[in-house]
Amino acid sequence: MTDTAVATSTSGSYLDPQDGRTGITSWIFSTDHKRVGILYFTALMSFFVIGVLLGLAMRLELIAPGETIVSAQTYNALFTVHGMVMIFLFIIPGIPAIFGNFMLPLQIGAKDVAFPRLNLLSWWIYLLGATMAVLSLFTGDGPPDTGWTFYAPYSTRSGTNVSLAVLGAFVLGFSSILTGVNFITTIHRMRAKGMSWFKMPLFVWTLYATAWIQVLATPILGITVLLVFTERLFGLGLFDPAMGGDPVLYQHLFWIYSHPAVYIMILPAMGVISEIIPTFSRKNIYGYGAIAISSMAIAFLGYLVWGHHMFTSGMSDTARWVFSLLTFLVAIPSGIKIFNWVATLYKGSIDVSPPFFYVMCFIFLFSIGGLTGLYNGTLSVDVHIHDTYFVVAHFHYVMFGGTGFALFAAILYWFPKMVGRMYPRKPTYVAGTLMFVGFNILYYSKFIMGWNGQPRRYYDYLPRFHFLQVVSTVGSWILAAGMLYLAIVLVKALRNGTRAPANPWGGTTLEWTVPSPPPLLNFDALPVVTGGPYERVEDEG
Amino acid sequence: MSTVAGAHVEEHRDDTGARMGMWLFLFTELILFSGLFLLYAVQRYRFGSDFTFAAATLDTAIGTLNTAVLLTSSLTMVLAVAALQQGKRGLSVIFLSITFAAGIAFMVNKYFEWTHKFELGLYPGSEELTLHTPGEQTFYSLYYAMTGLHGIHVVVGMGVILVMIIMTARRPRRVVRLKDVQKAELEHLGPAGDYVAEGKLDEVRVTLFYAENEVVTERSVIRVENTGLYWHIVDVIWIFLFPLFYLIG
Repeated sequence: MTDTAVATSTSGSYLDPQDGRTGITSWIFSTDHKRVGILYFTALMSFFVIGVLLGLAMRLELIAPGETIVSAQTYNALFTVHGMVMIFLFIIPGIPAIFGNFMLPLQIGAKDVAFPRLNLLSWWIYLLGATMAVLSLFTGDGPPDTGWTFYAPYSTRSGTNVSLAVLGAFVLGFSSILTGVNFITTIHRMRAKGMSWFKMPLFVWTLYATAWIQVLATPILGITVLLVFTERLFGLGLFDPAMGGDPVLYQHLFWIYSHPAVYIMILPAMGVISEIIPTFSRKNIYGYGAIAISSMAIAFLGYLVWGHHMFTSGMSDTARWVFSLLTFLVAIPSGIKIFNWVATLYKGSIDVSPPFFYVMCFIFLFSIGGLTGLYNGTLSVDVHIHDTYFVVAHFHYVMFGGTGFALFAAILYWFPKMVGRMYPRKPTYVAGTLMFVGFNILYYSKFIMGWNGQPRRYYDYLPRFHFLQVVSTVGSWILAAGMLYLAIVLVKALRNGTRAPANPWGGTTLEWTVPSPPPLLNFDALPVVTGGPYERVEDEG
Repeated sequence: MSTVAGAHVEEHRDDTGARMGMWLFLFTELILFSGLFLLYAVQRYRFGSDFTFAAATLDTAIGTLNTAVLLTSSLTMVLAVAALQQGKRGLSVIFLSITFAAGIAFMVNKYFEWTHKFELGLYPGSEELTLHTPGEQTFYSLYYAMTGLHGIHVVVGMGVILVMIIMTARRPRRVVRLKDVQKAELEHLGPAGDYVAEGKLDEVRVTLFYAENEVVTERSVIRVENTGLYWHIVDVIWIFLFPLFYLIG
């Protein structure tokens, strides 16, 4: 955008050269929250592509029984690295790192986050951790083959390059903590005048809940992977039974972080849904307070359920039924969200715009993922489906069908605001349909295979699973085609799209009151908030 | 926001926010250690008598000395903050330096303690240790993991204190964003005013130096305060480590 076009703003678009600098250095050393958001977007999407390619390779290997394209050891490395990349490099930073950074200050009417330099530092630390994780693939004695969970004692003995990978996970955790500290402080200290806690957009509420999990849970992962590292390097024996250690304690420590981390992944996605639904229903959200509180409730309950990953690992019966009960309780706040979203649609003036279309996909897929979570949380059923494809299908429905589709919805919702361009609508529906269909073919078949006893992480399978394995692989191609098509459409729009107005969707939150793309300092004059985030003028009339 | 010699200076500074961020970070430090405390609790429950036996090999005298050193350093840290709050930069630098020296003393003690253990063959992965019971081996694993991680924190704290010594000793300086600055207005910002400006006029950021040497900025106080908070948390963690390893029989 040229300077004349934003004459209304004193500082010009954030995409204009800053401090007289242009090119890559004006980005990678920028403390502007919007640029940091774009930096994360670029990095995360690059790793997402790598993760998808690894996933496609795994599916291709499984298209026929026995060795097809890779050896068994390479397959072990594939599922490990696919998990590591998707979880630690993509979905955990995910929506908060991209859209939290970009939208949080805009949505609360601030000029930046509380600690802009710390924000940039967290991106650099992320990059350092990611580099270590990627280096672990090409150095030492081959890529790690432990699964992303790094379960002891195998992770402490595997001859592959686990040390560098776990150290990378530690560094990535540090980046996550800094983002959490930054967001909590920002939300406490920098809300616009008049924006009380219950006038914050719901996306901000979910970022707040997420940030607390990042701060309170991530250090546990840090110490756990650090102990695996020291066990490998110095021979400490805290997880080694021969030295008095206990591998089950590793699992406890690992899941004390990694279960709450599931909510780090899903909560911001729920926030995105809570933004998009009122905008395209042209209606105030139904049950604002309930949705806001349910985010905090999920974050809180999420701490107390880690044991449900370990029902078959050896725990007392009392511990197991308590963990099972608490797991069921998580369904309550999750259900509150779903019902309030649907209630918001009731009697709304619904506009099925591209972001809304993806949100509908989210609700469908996430509901399946959430309800199958109850199967896993049931003690007797879990014994049957533990470590089978059923679990794989469940968490892909939640993480990909949930968070993944919410991320796509967020991209489509905020794309005009972030880059100042519109995209054509029709191709995004086509891409979304392809993804939705491909996704269900890919993962629903895994539910069936898992229920019939196909274990996860196996390189080979019995002939009776052949048909469904082929179906699943074909689904992966359709899904990938849909994502590729969406990427092409958006990249084209980046160059050729029509100019986006400040508020193309009729949104009511503060980010829509500034030009697209936003000026460097966001607001010429800091806004003063009087009403709720989703109140509309027409509501009052 | 404040106005400097007619120019409109816009700056975001939030001292409460800075303190809050530090407290949140300290939470994460506690939780980092809590994982180890959890392991300690479980293993002590399992191997109570082995722990008692192995703990007898630790040198309570050195441990007590180190506790005294760290507690004293927390006192000098508080005094450094108090001195800076009263605008006494020189005094603050002295107290910070004493705190730093206490950190060195702690680490030197730790070095002798550890090397002595190494000489006895009591270190993870040693031949000697494999002759001991699993409970004792776990004790030493925990001992090295917990005091080692704590030692790393002491070193990091010392590094931060060193930076604070340099920053406090130097003339205070701050970077602000100048908005709507007219060239003419900036020229007024000579030595006669409160500030001296540096930097190009057509840039958004201009560095302002305080002209008076004795001025202590609120920001530098916060920085030293936060350093103090970090140092205290390192101290507090040691106060728990000391009885768990050296005192409980």
